[in-house]
Amino acid sequence: MRFSTLLKKPAEWMRTPGPENDIVMTSRVRLARNLVGFPFPGWAKKDDRTRVMEKVRPALEELAEMKDSFSEEMTQLTAIEKQVLVERHLISREHAAKGPGCATVMNRKQTVSVMINEEDHLRMQAIRPGLQLLAAYRSLDQIDTELEDDLPYAFDRQYGYLTACPTNLGTGMRASAMLHLPGLVLSEQINQTIQGANKIGLAVRGLYGEGTEALANLFQISNQNTLGMREEDIIAHLDRVIGQLIANEKNARMKILEDRPTMMQDQIGRAFAVLKYAHIISSKEALNHLSMIRLGCDLGFIPEEERECITVLLTEIQPAHLQISAKCKLSPEERDILRADIIRKSLIGLTPPDFGSILTDRDNDDE
Amino acid sequence: MNCDICHTEKATIFFSQMAEGKLQKVNLCKACADDKGVTDPTGFALADMLEGMGKQTAVETGPARNELVCGSCGFTQTDFKKTGRFGCADCYHVFDEGLDGLLEAMHKHTRHVGKVPQRFPEANDRVAASAPVSPGETNPRARLSELRQALSKSVEDEDYEEAARLRDAISRLETILGES
Repeated sequence: MRFSTLLKKPAEWMRTPGPENDIVMTSRVRLARNLVGFPFPGWAKKDDRTRVMEKVRPALEELAEMKDSFSEEMTQLTAIEKQVLVERHLISREHAAKGPGCATVMNRKQTVSVMINEEDHLRMQAIRPGLQLLAAYRSLDQIDTELEDDLPYAFDRQYGYLTACPTNLGTGMRASAMLHLPGLVLSEQINQTIQGANKIGLAVRGLYGEGTEALANLFQISNQNTLGMREEDIIAHLDRVIGQLIANEKNARMKILEDRPTMMQDQIGRAFAVLKYAHIISSKEALNHLSMIRLGCDLGFIPEEERECITVLLTEIQPAHLQISAKCKLSPEERDILRADIIRKSLIGLTPPDFGSILTDRDNDDE
Repeated sequence: MNCDICHTEKATIFFSQMAEGKLQKVNLCKACADDKGVTDPTGFALADMLEGMGKQTAVETGPARNELVCGSCGFTQTDFKKTGRFGCADCYHVFDEGLDGLLEAMHKHTRHVGKVPQRFPEANDRVAASAPVSPGETNPRARLSELRQALSKSVEDEDYEEAARLRDAISRLETILGES
């Protein structure tokens, strides 16, 4: 598959709804694996990295799951193409900076992607819409088991899968869910929530992982511990906590609707007005307003059909995606103009939020 | 909803905690939460992971001269201190002194119990990896009695987390052996 084909199609997870999709955008699982007999990528010389890539890449391409895959060495991709893959969560920012001996392989549906020679020889990732961590793990587990036949993994009976960084030792598994938590942000409960998650061994990060800002009220929650727990138990723990976060988020939304309905209407109405009529808009401003429109969908103020469009826009308005669609490099100012254009066009059919019905219904409610 | 402690003020802080694998929920008002230290980030008993790493790792101490070097890849202790990563799979054995302390601080455990590659002898018996293995131990029935002993010991020690783990391991092994 060529890069242009990859670009034309939004990832499958954007198009198909999943369980708890109003709050959980995606579920991702990644496994870290290394080959016996080669230094880890960060310490390996170029020759060793290239030899690892030459073993791993064909093994991946032969898998049934990876039929007609996109497979490319990092040196063959332009800076903007690499950035597009980052914006789609298909590779990490670190991997985008890699050179010779590093490659990326992903399937057509963009549900499975593998980074070769990122921090470990293999970093495999499965992504699913909504809350489906176990399903994502199962699909990746199968691929991992198939690869085992061709690739002798570095494994130790005490430490499990050996990884460059001891924080990934054992299962080498990081399971994470992307949560949309505007209710907890608006009610100022988010810091508490993050601290709480940290206390029980979970990490909460922004949209693009470690050290990134939480834009669009999106937060990634993931396990920190990888050693001493079975994969299924790590996921079950994460599932329970996410279930609780979903409940907390729903409570927070209801509470805002009860206590400060005008503030809620203002936020959503303002987002609608800006996105519909702005001609210059920064990525941050756009993302945060799109979050409010999405919240409007969840609460029934905005037709449900708009949800998919909003999800696709979250990615399409990012800098590299804009430049690919413009077919040239753009200055930040030019990007802000193009971004506003794309949003206005996408939302052309969007009717003003209808607050009336919901708020009246609520008055008749016993609660 | 009123505060679970004073029962008079409205609860504004909803505190959830995982303990012994169970989710505990407490709803508190601001005053009671402050009183109990819930809102104070330094008030929690659980040590900060990074802090633990600094204290427990022997890998980080020691002079640069005469330091250990990995024979397979040439990685040194200083490299590890600098990068926090190892050079190759063999480094885990070269630098194993103090490693358990580091892993304990990071993961709360030091032994892998998850997936095992098929080519490993214990691949078809995940139980083997889920509890301490005595050298050369392969007989599953002997292992079962060993696990049962470990279970009674952990119950005596009131280590219920370990006991639950062993109980699951025993029941898995029993299923494999067709016992119940």
